[in-house]
Order: sequence, then structure tokens, then C-alpha cells
Amino acid sequence: MSAATMTHGASTPERKFPPIAEMSVAVLISMVIGGVFVAAHLPAHVAMAFPTIMISLAAVLLAANVVLLSRIPNFAWNSFYKVARWTLLAEGIVAGLLEYVFIFDGTRGAVLLLMSSTLIIFVLDLSVLFGFSVARFQEE
Amino acid sequence: MAHTDIAAPPQRKLEIVPRKSLPVVAVVVIGLIVAIATNSLWAIGFYHVVGGGMWTAIDLFLGFILGPILGTMSIPSRIELTRRLMPKMVILMPTLVIMTLAGGFQLARHQGFILSSDKHHAWVVASMIIVGALAIVAIGILEPANIAVLFELRKPNPNGERIGRLMKRFLYTAGVTGILQAGILVIMTRIATL
Repeated sequence: MSAATMTHGASTPERKFPPIAEMSVAVLISMVIGGVFVAAHLPAHVAMAFPTIMISLAAVLLAANVVLLSRIPNFAWNSFYKVARWTLLAEGIVAGLLEYVFIFDGTRGAVLLLMSSTLIIFVLDLSVLFGFSVARFQEE
Repeated sequence: MAHTDIAAPPQRKLEIVPRKSLPVVAVVVIGLIVAIATNSLWAIGFYHVVGGGMWTAIDLFLGFILGPILGTMSIPSRIELTRRLMPKMVILMPTLVIMTLAGGFQLARHQGFILSSDKHHAWVVASMIIVGALAIVAIGILEPANIAVLFELRKPNPNGERIGRLMKRFLYTAGVTGILQAGILVIMTRIATL
């Protein structure tokens, strides 16, 4: 890339978007807090109230994020779906491996349900975050 | 004096994920699954130590050595380096992270470190907290910036100012992960010698 083919962008201010990326990070924080709480107590009995609150908070934030995203006018949806699909595949493989580790270690019942839900929200959240991070700078 | 041609090499279309590396990643992940399924303590330890060592070393190198150097380079020079470095990081770092975390949790389980009665337990929980913070910074801030830069570079006329801004975010967060990795080094050496 030569400097001559680059634009400096000073005359074109960045478009403003709702706080999609910030909310995605908030989802991640909620899941990490809940996940570390559970992992720190395994394999003993885990009190489920606190991690359930954290995962529920993550789910609500993710849902709100999807609603905010869907209301953005003239968004680069093709770029969003392109990145989100590949992220879904890649992170799905990572989540699948972690799920395998949980099951292999004998995690069952409510704890397994909670950890599986965490992984599903994790994969969806990253798909939204990565897709948005690229699409916000694209024009279609 | 002989003339030396220092013109930039011709550019190929930027590949976000280097496809040639995918079979290597598949072999590594399959090996990890086999190591866990067979309860091979050596293989699990190997994955954890190799993955964790490389993850820590690369984070420290990026945050404290390459990062400050990149910060002093001109934007076209940064872009040249970014085009070559970032696609490799996109495939390398997630592989190292999954090797380290899956291997580490199994190792702690086999050796009883995750039992709350074990003397290592508090240190293991501390490492989980730091790894959680690392994951938030790396996945939530660093990686989206990395991918956004790569897509910007694929445009016919990339926005240099935007790339500079995203790269700055990348470098700051690489520094933060470097500091957190120093904490991991302290914890891991403590666990090994407790």
C-alpha cells in the first residue's frame, strides 16, 4: 500500500452508531464473572444464584444489542453477515471444544446447562461484535 | 555505485485468514482433543506449557517491543507491517489461547489444584480472574480492532487516519495484555514452586 493511494479521512468524520461494541464487551464481562465463579467452585457444589444472574444479564444485554443493531438505518449488512457467519463458525468450534471438556469432566445438570448457555451467548456476542466492528466502516 | 531497487513489492489481495494455516490448526486441535480424551498428563502439560509460553511471550513482545516501535513508524510503514503480521495473528492467537485454557484446566483437575481444599486453589482462581480480564481485553477490544484494520486495508483507498486510530487502540490493548501476562507469569511460577 503506497501512501498515495491512502485517503487521510480528516474531511469525512466517522459516522455515529449506538454503543453496540460497548454493550458486547459488557456481555463478555458478565459472562466472564459468572464463568470464573463457576470454574472456581468446580468440581464441588456451586451456588447457582449468582452465575444465573450474570448469565441472564448477559442474555438481556445481547438481546438489547441485537435490537439496537437491527434499527440502524443504511447499515452495511452484507459485510456484517459475512464476518458474523465466519465468526460463528470459528468461535463455534472453540465453544464446542470447551463443551466437550465440560462433559468429559463429568459436568452435568444445572451447571452444564449454565455453562452451555454461557458458551452459546459467547459465540453469538462475538459474532455481533466482530460483524459490527467491520461493517461500521463499510459502505454498501 | 550500483543502483539498488528499494521499490515496494507488488501487493496481493489481503487474505484475512491465511487458509494454508488451517490444516495446521486442525492438527493441533485434534491433538488437544486426543490428549484430553486419553488423560495423558504429559500431552496435556505439553499443550498448556507450549500454548501458554507462546501466548505470554507474543503478548509481551507485541506490547513492550513491537508496539512502541510501531508507534514511531509512519502510517504507510505501519500498514506494510500490519498487512503481513495481522493475518498470522488472527489464526495464531485463538489457537494458542484454546491450547492454554483447555490444557490448563485439565492439568489443574488432574493434579487437584481446582479443589478448594488444595493449597494451590487460591492461585488457580487468581489465574482464572486474570485470564478472564485478558479474554475481555483481547477478544472485546484488541481482536475487533485487528479485524477492522484488515478489512480497511482491503479497500481500494484505505482511510489512513482510521487505520492509525485503530492501530493505536491495538497497541494500547497489547500493552495491557502484556502487563496482565506478567501477572500470569508470577502466578504460574508460584504454583509450580508452592
